[in-house]
Amino acid sequence: MKKTGAQIFIDCLIKEGVDTIFGFPGGAVLPIYDALYGVTAFKHILVRHEQGAVHMADGYARATGRPGIVLVTSGPGATNTVTGIATAYMDSIPLVVFTGQVPTALIGNDAFQEADIIGITRPCTKHNYLVKDVKDLARIIKEAFYIATTGRPGPVLVDMPKDVLNAHAEFKYPEKVELKNYQPTYKGHPGQIKKAVDLILKSKRPVIYTGGGVVLSNASDELKIFAEKLSIPVTNTLMGLGGFPGTHPLFLGMLGMHGTYAANMAVTSTDCLIAIGARFDDRVTGKVDEFAPYAKIIHVDIDPTSISKNVRVDIPIVGDVKLVLKDMIKVVDEAKKALGTDFKYVPRALAEWHGQVNKWAETHKLSYKLNGKTIKPQYVIERIYNLTKGKAIITTEVGQNQMWAAQFYKFDRPRTFLSSGGLGTMGFGFPAAIGAQLAFPDKVVIDIAGDGSIQMNIQELATAVQYKLPVKVAILNNRFLGMVRQWQEFFYEKRYSYTCMDVAPDFVKVAEAYGAVGLRAATVDEVDWVIKKALAVKNKPVFMDFQVDPAEDVYPMVPAGQPLNKMLLV
Amino acid sequence: MRHTISILVDNEFGVLSKVAGLFSGRGFNIESLCVAETLDPQVSRMTIVTTGDDQVVEQITKQLNKLINVIKVSDLTAEEHIERELAMIKVNVDVKDRAEILSIIDIFRGKVVDVSPTTYTIEMTGDNEKVNAIIKLLRPFGIKEIVRTGKIAMARSPKSGK
Repeated sequence: MKKTGAQIFIDCLIKEGVDTIFGFPGGAVLPIYDALYGVTAFKHILVRHEQGAVHMADGYARATGRPGIVLVTSGPGATNTVTGIATAYMDSIPLVVFTGQVPTALIGNDAFQEADIIGITRPCTKHNYLVKDVKDLARIIKEAFYIATTGRPGPVLVDMPKDVLNAHAEFKYPEKVELKNYQPTYKGHPGQIKKAVDLILKSKRPVIYTGGGVVLSNASDELKIFAEKLSIPVTNTLMGLGGFPGTHPLFLGMLGMHGTYAANMAVTSTDCLIAIGARFDDRVTGKVDEFAPYAKIIHVDIDPTSISKNVRVDIPIVGDVKLVLKDMIKVVDEAKKALGTDFKYVPRALAEWHGQVNKWAETHKLSYKLNGKTIKPQYVIERIYNLTKGKAIITTEVGQNQMWAAQFYKFDRPRTFLSSGGLGTMGFGFPAAIGAQLAFPDKVVIDIAGDGSIQMNIQELATAVQYKLPVKVAILNNRFLGMVRQWQEFFYEKRYSYTCMDVAPDFVKVAEAYGAVGLRAATVDEVDWVIKKALAVKNKPVFMDFQVDPAEDVYPMVPAGQPLNKMLLV
Repeated sequence: MRHTISILVDNEFGVLSKVAGLFSGRGFNIESLCVAETLDPQVSRMTIVTTGDDQVVEQITKQLNKLINVIKVSDLTAEEHIERELAMIKVNVDVKDRAEILSIIDIFRGKVVDVSPTTYTIEMTGDNEKVNAIIKLLRPFGIKEIVRTGKIAMARSPKSGK
């Protein structure tokens, strides 16, 4: 029996086992919305802005590891997804974004709600498709899911003209994908792995530096085994947080611009840097010529383009992080057997290094000064950490709120810290929290926000209310675009140009107007009360307005372009 | 350093813009670019001449390989290969210069493909240097227009690159 393109679209999603999609209707996708009417095989979440839909799908994907699905209309619907797609692209998050398009006969005619979304999203998608014939639709959807979720994951966009959605074809979902040009390398080269382990065993001051790749390939267990076996200190990038337990004795904290003193000093002093699923971003390396100056560098990454892009690498290993770590563990075990009792020498020889690292950690801990009068934003995060027993899923916006969340909440499990690392998208955290809450209705999901960022996608409060989602938003309200203000304080002679946001809405009233709960803490003693009260709310979103000290800065800080060991400390 | 990169791609709409966009988006250079179908009508070959140090060219190659529509990338600079370029040159011809111009064309094994009372249009194939050389010699007579294809290239090895 022949089916319409719209029906084929829905059948494909069912075949892929999709349980939730995020969308917003419009003229070009009306055929799909008509076919969706009464469909119960998956949920459709009606958002309030298409950017929100993409961040929700992104949060859903980060929290679950499954691809996030978006459905929007042509023209403005499609262009509104761009920031969300670029966010997912920079952080390698699997998304499949479906856009409606004007009928094929009108493409190129400047038709109503026409945009060349294929051209617009070319640089920020892993791949994109314009479906020109309904006969290709099922194959393209199959390929889109496959490309989005395999290799280095990323967003894939499928543009579907309205006439294609109305046309008929036989529906047969392909069993497997045939893409002769696309074959990611999963297994690491055994020779390189052997070389890497040899180097590690000979090193005196090794450090493991891991990024989002460990989280994406679900390799946390392997990372922990590997690090413990050789007793090597571990630092994470922002994207890597949760990939290694935040409370582990070998954990140094985050590295980079706002990394810990211990992590940045260790990376500067190491003789063997083991980079796993990380890409030497400029916020991580600081001045690139002086990054890890004494180190031989081993780099494990599934994407060959990440290797030797920013920093020269001595031993590159292209492959899936989980598989490579497994192989490395095996090689270590074999070395152990071969060395017999001599193997004990290896971890013991690191005693001096551990002593040094611990000294760094002791001398400059992450800290802030309570003054009893104003609420310190770091204190709010510490209280949230304690009152949620470290078990919440935390999303963040971008800026100071993001850095304090990364520093003061200890993430013991992967996929519990969801943040826009690469693109740095303000307005990401709240919709991402909604996506994560939909995936895990019983977990506590909290967006750590600033008063600037929350206003960038505040309209999604209606979505959270509509679906009775108990998402919490902790607004660290300092009436400033805090991170930019901090840069102006340090590097622009305190000329606070357009960073003061004194005119902000009353967030408690905003929440209440939407039918959510609004709470406010103006003094230190109110902080716990507000958090506890928020945690008790079970069927609607909560805004917590914490009126924090506007002068607080994020420390340590490596000024842009400086080497990592040149930190400004509290 | 200058590199000639030969790329086999899916012969589909949008692929050229994906490749060209990759170059512009990442700040890589394109000096010239040629595209046409291969023996297999589903596959096209692009020949791109670019410049960059080893690290840049390594990135270019890796980034190209990452595109889903790219089938094969080879940097021909690293191996023995033949290069050709086609140029059409429209040059002013004075009666007194005719013999001299024709002899230059003859030396370079070019062809006159169109004649008007005041101009010759010359077809010239060869490597980059040869085309540049004839242009240099013809310039004093007054060149009205030049159209160049950019470089195409093929490895000398007996193996088929498709």
